[in-house]
Amino acid sequence: MSTTVIWTIAIISILGMILAFVLWLIAEKFKVIEDPRIDEVEKVMPGANCGGCGFAGCRAFAEAAVKATDLEGNYCPVGGNDVMARVASILGYEVKAKAPTVAVVRCNGSCSNRQTVNVYDGVKTCKVKASLYSGDTGCSFGCLGCGDCVAACKFGALSMDPATGLPVVDEEKCTACGACVKACPKQIIEIRNKGPRGMRMFVSCVNKDKGPSARKACAAACIGCGICAKTCTHDAIVLENNVAWIDPAKCMLCRECEAMCPTGAIHGVNFPKPLDKEAVKARIAERNKKAREAAAAAVTKENKGETV
Amino acid sequence: MNKLLVSPSPHLHSDLSTKRLMRDVVIALLPAVLVSVVFYGWKELLVLAVSVLSCVSIEYLITKYMLHRPSTVADLSAVVTGLLMAMNLPSTTPWWVVFLGALFAIGVTKMTFGGLGQNVFNPAIAGRVFLLVSFPTYMTHWEMPKGLFGVDAVTGATPLGAIKEGLLQGASVPDIMSAGGYSYGSMLFANLGGSAGEISALALLLGFVYLIVRKVIKPHITLSIWGTVALVSLIFWLCDPLRFTDPLFNLLTGGMILGSCFMATDYVTSPMTEKGGILFGVGIGFITMMIRYFGSYPEGMSFAILVMNAFVPLINNWFHHKKYGRA
Amino acid sequence: MSKRTFSIGGIHPHDNKISRECPIEILPLPPVVYVSMSQHIGAPAKPVVAVGDKVKAGQVIAEPGGFVSAFIHSPVSGTVKSIGPVKDLAGNGQNTVEIAVEGDEWVEGVDLSGDIVRDFPDDNAAIMDKIRLGGIVGLGGATFPTQVKLSPPPGKKCEMLIINGCECEPYLTCNYRYMLERAEQVVIGTAIIKQVLGVDKATIAIEDNKPEDIAHMEEVVRTLAAHSPKYAGITVLAMQTKYPEGGEKQLIDAVMHRQVPSGGLPIDVGAVVQNVATAFAVYEAVQKNKPLVSNTMTVTGNCLPVQHNCEVRIGTPISFVLERCGGLPDSAAKVISGGPMMGKAVSNLDAATVKGTSGLLVLTEEQTRRMPETHCIRCGKCSDACPMGLEPFLLFRFTKAGMSDELEANAAQDCIECGCCLYSCPAGLPLLDIIRTGKQQVMGIIKARAAAAKAAAAVAGQPAK
Repeated sequence: MSTTVIWTIAIISILGMILAFVLWLIAEKFKVIEDPRIDEVEKVMPGANCGGCGFAGCRAFAEAAVKATDLEGNYCPVGGNDVMARVASILGYEVKAKAPTVAVVRCNGSCSNRQTVNVYDGVKTCKVKASLYSGDTGCSFGCLGCGDCVAACKFGALSMDPATGLPVVDEEKCTACGACVKACPKQIIEIRNKGPRGMRMFVSCVNKDKGPSARKACAAACIGCGICAKTCTHDAIVLENNVAWIDPAKCMLCRECEAMCPTGAIHGVNFPKPLDKEAVKARIAERNKKAREAAAAAVTKENKGETV
Repeated sequence: MNKLLVSPSPHLHSDLSTKRLMRDVVIALLPAVLVSVVFYGWKELLVLAVSVLSCVSIEYLITKYMLHRPSTVADLSAVVTGLLMAMNLPSTTPWWVVFLGALFAIGVTKMTFGGLGQNVFNPAIAGRVFLLVSFPTYMTHWEMPKGLFGVDAVTGATPLGAIKEGLLQGASVPDIMSAGGYSYGSMLFANLGGSAGEISALALLLGFVYLIVRKVIKPHITLSIWGTVALVSLIFWLCDPLRFTDPLFNLLTGGMILGSCFMATDYVTSPMTEKGGILFGVGIGFITMMIRYFGSYPEGMSFAILVMNAFVPLINNWFHHKKYGRA
Repeated sequence: MSKRTFSIGGIHPHDNKISRECPIEILPLPPVVYVSMSQHIGAPAKPVVAVGDKVKAGQVIAEPGGFVSAFIHSPVSGTVKSIGPVKDLAGNGQNTVEIAVEGDEWVEGVDLSGDIVRDFPDDNAAIMDKIRLGGIVGLGGATFPTQVKLSPPPGKKCEMLIINGCECEPYLTCNYRYMLERAEQVVIGTAIIKQVLGVDKATIAIEDNKPEDIAHMEEVVRTLAAHSPKYAGITVLAMQTKYPEGGEKQLIDAVMHRQVPSGGLPIDVGAVVQNVATAFAVYEAVQKNKPLVSNTMTVTGNCLPVQHNCEVRIGTPISFVLERCGGLPDSAAKVISGGPMMGKAVSNLDAATVKGTSGLLVLTEEQTRRMPETHCIRCGKCSDACPMGLEPFLLFRFTKAGMSDELEANAAQDCIECGCCLYSCPAGLPLLDIIRTGKQQVMGIIKARAAAAKAAAAVAGQPAK
């Protein structure tokens, strides 16, 4: 009996040692020599493998970052400046801070603003719906409401608002990785600067139709009237293809465009106080009046100068 | 006018649905169910009822309270599982054993893999094999058919069981056959001991023809099982008729008909292509015969189907449909 | 002997040819027509008229915008009111010429009489010119410019012309009526195409659910063969009724027992397939000088009190056609341009008909509503039905998982979008909806790869220069 036990233990132990040796041999033979900094960089990455940086995952980003000579073009939108500073310190590069960004849904086509004109009865994805036709509302540019962006978001930052039928971005969770931008077949979602204390202005519409048909399709469409561009004193608004776009780099957050927009297509978010439209309008009217008077005065002055 | 519907093409749909397919299987099983109730009486009815009810309710409870998904019992697949499992059990099985079988069939074999369409093994067979391994006493205790109003229950062995037993005691096959009074007629028309699904080959074949006519299943799997069983047993029988049973006996006894017509042809757990199906059938037939001739169990159909179920993903990888315009 | 049919897959939907007894009627002119510049596969045509121009019916209003493109003619006489994007039946803006109808005046040289011209010239170049200038496109559904299809690339030889009279789509009957009412014109058109291609065999394939057509066409072919040796070699072939027999690849398989290789063209196996309606259009363009300005469509549906087959000028709004055919009943839930299997659902009834519109089908909610989506039960009915021998359940899964390599390996790019898989799925899975996106993805990858290979070849070739 006791001999059996001893034999068993002996055989198993010897077998274990032999196999361990074989394993060690194989591990030595097929050892891959890697830059240890790749592991270090990967460790500080968020580990979401979202692909927002343009690489297949955090490991691929780390490999590329170690290979590159500087951090130009390699930026992790999820980790943001914090993570990039740590990556830079590991690799000994200079760090460039980027303004924090966030995904912005540019469509106002809620159920009340945009009437449905037909009923979609296919598979519920925006991709299929967009390749089939212009959508179940009169607006052929707006949100299709099937939630491909929600499905694409790895951080749970997007959700469909059942009341409006539009996706809502949770700014706390959004990492601006851009997966939703790629998923949206209508190019409605844009990655924009978050702005100071989250305050930012944007045109919440991408309808390129001419004014009347855009208006017919949606009550809150950008009709390309250009009032905002005329009002803006900072030259921050461009009007192209019947739709306005606010340049976040130039916008001074004065909210004058928002007050003047006839359809309410321009949104300002995270401002501490609600916008007093009438007051702003009065202010603009006053300024315009003064400008006109000044111009008139200049003209009369010139005229006088000539006559004298 | 209403708002127009818009959807991608095609705009028509055949009247096929999972529910209709399952309903056809239930209809196809009815003759055999009827025969078994007539022969085994209310006990068999109890087994059937317990099995179906527990399968349906277990699936309902799991989808509702564990998976938090809309219930799928309306597609009748649980009813089919319940019926098939009950037809594999002796009529004397206690109700709680039947319930445990249903719990294993639906709860473990079907729902843990994700429900209908996701399971690797046929739930009804897995349930039966689970019971066979766990409660061998109940599962090999056969009662001879006695008619709906018979009084005295006589217990006896199934033909396959009797032969296995007899061979172990040194008797020859023809002796055992004549001693037991087994004739092909009785096998066809239900006069032998066995589970509900074993007693009447004719009623089951009727259901099989119905499934073929309704185009619910294609006959290739069933035919290849029969072919293999016939061929293998023919070879062995010709070699030694005293030790090995003949092909017709093998085709008509045990769960052969039920298994080959209803269980091996289950969509979910059989290969998608015809070629794959034939290989699947050959495998089942061969393993069944090996178990019957050389195994310690008298019957091998259930094990054979389970084993081949495991090979289905592999077979699906091997065989693909012939594609248009590709060599 | 059983009749010919294609060898893989196929389904048998109820053919519902309820409009078969309705003769072709000419629809009156609408007040305004909207002529789209994208009525064919390929580059959109370029308008050559300006707002305010007076145009006559049959006058060229747009020129081809590329090699694969087609002329477009004014279908009516009147004044050009606007040129610009107008929403098509899917609600997407297409460059469109809007013409207000005034009278019905035709350009000179168009033979509007009903006389049948049986003799045609030997000059193939002249015939090709007439086909090109007549703006003829394939009317079987793909609207591929006909002159491109009739000019096989060098080195490829056409061995057989197949005229597609299968009309395998349920409900549609306009080809059926063509072959009854305009059989002679169709056969003359066939002979013209046959001569242009330089083949001695032409087969007119008709499904056996149209026995009247088969008998009538056989008779017409016999009489014309007696008229001139140019009509020799045309045969009528009865086919077993099965969807999608009218698919180009399936038809070639059925008639010639040859299979077009994956990614190849019918000409690779020596076949050219033209639709019956195209043959008729060729006849009109070559023999009557009449460009393609009208087409015949079936206006049908079980919920419509009266069925119609009508000849409609191109650019007529769908709403106008439906109204003239009795209007939409309250039970109408879906209007489909084309047949129920491959047609497009109309979301914008104000959209205009185009060259390829072969029917307007009105279905009720009960007929067309999708089944609720359940789980795949691995029954394999989709792959049994697939006429390309694909495994839709597999492609469905790969597309959902975004596995494009596997999609390509399993031939997603070969899908002809016939809808057999979705039709036969008992679990109500949106197989084709999803597979279509997977196919597009694979096609994109294949195109990108070809472009990259071309660029690489160009780079490699440069130093040698």
